[in-house]
Amino acid sequence: MSEPWEEEGPGEVKKFMYVNRKAPYGTIYALESLEVVLIAAAFEQDVSLAFVDDGVYQIKKGQDTQGIGMKNFSPTYRALEGYDVEKLYVEAESLAERGLTEDDLLVPVEVKSREEMARLMDEQDVILSF
Amino acid sequence: MKYGILVNEGPYQHQASDTAYQFCKAAIERGHEVFRVFFYHDGVNNGTRFGVPPQDDRNITVRWTELAEANNIDLVICIAAAQRRGILDEGEAKRQGKDGENIAPGFRISGLGQLIEAGIQCDRMVTFGD
Amino acid sequence: MLHTVNKSPFERNTLTACLGHALPESAVLLIEDGVYAAMNGTAFEKDVRKAMEDRTLYVLGPDLLARGLTADQVIDGIQVVDYEGFVELTEKHDKVQAWL
Repeated sequence: MSEPWEEEGPGEVKKFMYVNRKAPYGTIYALESLEVVLIAAAFEQDVSLAFVDDGVYQIKKGQDTQGIGMKNFSPTYRALEGYDVEKLYVEAESLAERGLTEDDLLVPVEVKSREEMARLMDEQDVILSF
Repeated sequence: MKYGILVNEGPYQHQASDTAYQFCKAAIERGHEVFRVFFYHDGVNNGTRFGVPPQDDRNITVRWTELAEANNIDLVICIAAAQRRGILDEGEAKRQGKDGENIAPGFRISGLGQLIEAGIQCDRMVTFGD
Repeated sequence: MLHTVNKSPFERNTLTACLGHALPESAVLLIEDGVYAAMNGTAFEKDVRKAMEDRTLYVLGPDLLARGLTADQVIDGIQVVDYEGFVELTEKHDKVQAWL
């Protein structure tokens, strides 16, 4: 029998991971995924973001969208902390493959190896990929 | 089990909505509950009743409507994604000063919170996209 | 965990990305254009066979048939399932990750 505090109920906290594997601007996935994260922050769940493959380009420093007439939404990643979204994981191999280092990123992150990222994914209750 | 489904692509262009539909049908046949299908990104286009596919093709929107009505599935179109893409119900049309609405029966427009809520309440979240 | 891959490995890197993150004992289901990776004799056969050493691979039968492929062209050991089998896999595994 489960203990009372283990019972599922309205107060249950689930681990949600938002997996970002796509570059910004070329498609809308990165922007709309960020919109989900901002809403999710209000639900008091355990939220983490993973930046894998081209997803690492979402948080590349120095984005300037003036010339393409689109909104630069990259500053929003820096605002996530204010929403209590603090677990931003970036895959080391994905950075290296793209010739990037942590210094190229516009927000503080935790760099994880692919193996560690796979384990983090495995620990989640819900994985949303866009 | 209780299932939540996320559909990230519009009808016809991608197979995502078709696969999601076949999955839901099979889940229901196995005695599961499909609690909610959340339509996001271009997936909101599944909810327009103005589509007129050729007569020898499936009507993806009508199929969703019928499955939802027969099995009490909550078909939710994301409001933010819908506003961008011009999917409107009567209330939204009025609020935005548009001269018509196009939402199909059985669908409703609501916020991203409905996706997070599905993630919290459902035993499984299954995503279909591009 | 159950992973789904829905794109041809010749078009996208999702199969490679998925196999790079699918832990031992997890399951990978190939659906939609992902089913091409299940065929014998492709440039990806080696990767798929390697993945099958400690992970289980499945392919969605209706998607195979739709594309003119048959079960006997599928790499030995990949299990062919229908939509009901897809649902069963989601029952057995505690979560599903779609590699989009």
